[in-house]
Amino acid sequence: MSNKKLNMKDKYRLLTRDLEWEFSYRDRKEIFPQEDFEGIKITDWSKWEDPFRLTMDSYWKYQAEKEKKLYAIFDAFSQNNGQQNVTDARYVNAIKLFLTGVSPLEYQAYSGFAHVGRQFGGVGARVACQMQSLDELRHVQTQIHAMSHYNKHFDGFQDFAHMHDRVWYLSVPKSFFDDARSAGPFEFMVAIGFSFEYVLTNLLFVPFMSGAAYNGDMATVTFGFSAQSDEARHMTLGLEIIKFLLEQHEDNVPIVQRWINKWLWRGYRVLTLVAMMMDYMLPNKVMSWQESFEVYFEEAASSLFKDLARYGIEMPPYAADAIAEKEHLSHQAWSIFYNYGHAAAFHTWMPTAQEMDWLSEKYPNTFDKYYRPRFEKWREMEEAGERYYNPTLPMLCQTCQIPMGFTDMENPTMTSYRQSVYDGERYNFCSNGCKDIFDHEPEKYVQSWMPVHQIFQGNCGGPEMEDVLGDYYRINLGVDNLDFKGSPDEARWNGWHNLQSAEDKLKKAS
Amino acid sequence: MTIEIKTATLEPIRNTFEHTRRRFGDKPASRYQEASYDIAPENNFHYRPMWQPDKLLNDTSRTAVVMEDWYAFRDPRQYYYGTYVQARAKLQEVTENNYAFFDKRGLGDRLSEEVKAKVVRCLIPLRHMELGANMNNVLCSAYGTSTVLTQAFLYNGMDRLGIAQYLSRIGLLLDGNSAEVLTKAKDHWMTDPAWQGLRRYTENTLVVEDWYEVFIAQDVVLDTLVYDLMYRQFDQAITEEGGSDLAMLIEFMQEWHKDTSRWVDATLKSTVAESDHNKELIGRWVAEWREKAVADLAPLAEIAVGDDAVNACTEALNQRLAKAGL
Repeated sequence: MSNKKLNMKDKYRLLTRDLEWEFSYRDRKEIFPQEDFEGIKITDWSKWEDPFRLTMDSYWKYQAEKEKKLYAIFDAFSQNNGQQNVTDARYVNAIKLFLTGVSPLEYQAYSGFAHVGRQFGGVGARVACQMQSLDELRHVQTQIHAMSHYNKHFDGFQDFAHMHDRVWYLSVPKSFFDDARSAGPFEFMVAIGFSFEYVLTNLLFVPFMSGAAYNGDMATVTFGFSAQSDEARHMTLGLEIIKFLLEQHEDNVPIVQRWINKWLWRGYRVLTLVAMMMDYMLPNKVMSWQESFEVYFEEAASSLFKDLARYGIEMPPYAADAIAEKEHLSHQAWSIFYNYGHAAAFHTWMPTAQEMDWLSEKYPNTFDKYYRPRFEKWREMEEAGERYYNPTLPMLCQTCQIPMGFTDMENPTMTSYRQSVYDGERYNFCSNGCKDIFDHEPEKYVQSWMPVHQIFQGNCGGPEMEDVLGDYYRINLGVDNLDFKGSPDEARWNGWHNLQSAEDKLKKAS
Repeated sequence: MTIEIKTATLEPIRNTFEHTRRRFGDKPASRYQEASYDIAPENNFHYRPMWQPDKLLNDTSRTAVVMEDWYAFRDPRQYYYGTYVQARAKLQEVTENNYAFFDKRGLGDRLSEEVKAKVVRCLIPLRHMELGANMNNVLCSAYGTSTVLTQAFLYNGMDRLGIAQYLSRIGLLLDGNSAEVLTKAKDHWMTDPAWQGLRRYTENTLVVEDWYEVFIAQDVVLDTLVYDLMYRQFDQAITEEGGSDLAMLIEFMQEWHKDTSRWVDATLKSTVAESDHNKELIGRWVAEWREKAVADLAPLAEIAVGDDAVNACTEALNQRLAKAGL
């Protein structure tokens, strides 16, 4: 028998798309009950273009090879105590933030993609989402394994999943993903597949991995390289879903536009944590937040939206607000964390004189004018033995849940406030974007589990801050939290490298 | 002689994460444990799902089964992502060699027309059932509780897609990639009376909402029957009819079923042992789905193997259930 050669596309169609059949014993709507309620119109699933044509046998083969190499590095890293080779122990706080704030999002993505991987009516879309679900599971598990060795030598990694469900600043990423998973399946795809994985991934995943590369963190950067090809697949899926929705029916366009507006803003607010990580937490800086924002958002997004213009999709109106904030965001965020350094599960610190000079150089319009004076004052207080901690609890934005610390960009010394009244209650917001998101779906956002409200209502372990931080959050007080200076992390690091702590040096000198 | 490389040792400050220390004690934990236990979100969900407003995002009440601790389960294979893909890659390598050998030696041409027709009618249409199994296991992964279960469901779901693809490739091996076999097999699935029971059963499982019931209907009841029927009995029957080379093409399914059965049995056993409530509930589901499945499978069993085939696979199912205490 002479064998016909099948091309990739036909082969994939026969091995995947052709598995589907027309149901006749059951109604299609019973099997895919979630396809209609969002108002999205799908006229023909067969028009779905498979973003990658990977059969399971190849998937197992490629992924197994990657896993084998990755775990060989993890083993070598722990055998050789590679944690000693990072630039400076302060760096490790960036990956504490990653494990407590970002890895649990990988978990949520694993669940969310399994959900849509069952619910979509087209087999091509389902299978692509299922593979992403499996990849996301890979990412959360390999991240846990990459950090496992750090956990044995540094404080603050040890209870990441417990903390993610409870700690005030972790409710920012958690509520973001809860928001996406609780939406309908198509909104989830625009939120995560497109906005997060396609548009924003270079501002989230990449800065952490580049930070690892620049700071001698072999475990994390190896994970980053290993996940790169998975991420590339996820990006193509994110772009395909948008094109597919827009091409299926013109009525989808305004719905998708509203979702893009919402989710780019929602995602951008989560990136606040990345902004401060890049500018303040990396001893060896990769680039400033502003630079990375300009390259990966302003340039990349403007060419993307040029492409999408033919479908009638426009740049979200809040992009201008995000651009206006780029010279302020990281400084304001780090100020918040420095203020609440007793309530964080990682260490905070004031930048060194040299680091402040770097900030002045990178942010010539804002750093010296608005932030340096405050930071120098805090440094003076610290040197006088009165490290500043803010004893009050902040008010949070009802949508993004970040403390209301952002300022009005026209007047950067005034806090930005927006308010809405719903059902007789007043709600506060940090920005137009967050207010509009609430106003469109107030019945959703009034449900938010607001960490500060919950503390006041007595739902977080007790009335005292120690009950909340120690018992409820399970932060080891005096160990995981407070300033880096004087922390057990610092003492161990100095021990490994025969360094003296700043405090010891002072004592000896006097 | 042994040689000893001196390394600087650093005393760790803790042996493992807190979630594994609380569960397994203060000692180094395995990679399976660190990446599987207590890592799913459990508390303080912000919004109710718009697609199911009466539940929380992660909600243990998506099944009537009750567990005091949903992490009481353990996958005897200890699969986390890394060990899972490596185990499958190994199996896939053997399979790839088998398929290449079958193709190179033109073994398809050595099969009689009768045997080929029988494979097309009785085996290849199963690729559609496997797609249903894929959807069912992904559903259990999406709505189930605890990573020890949900990850195994996802592995199972992806395995089923892989098996559907291998079955499709058998079809393509038999017709020189013309895809005629796949078209014919799909016709059998859609209209052949021998297949209608199984297709109806599959479509019926796709509307079940309780994920544990889906697990019973698919992985416990139907798979035990179908895998015994097709990959043991049908394999023997076809060998007797001169089609022994087919065995090379279905070895993956046989090995896979052995592997996954270890997990299915362990899961079933732990759930049943938890309480009389679970035992009674699962007993009822098993009885209902078994009755339907046996009746629905009988016409296929008869043409694929013979009169007694359905009884033999029912026996295999009953033995399995007895092991789990049912």
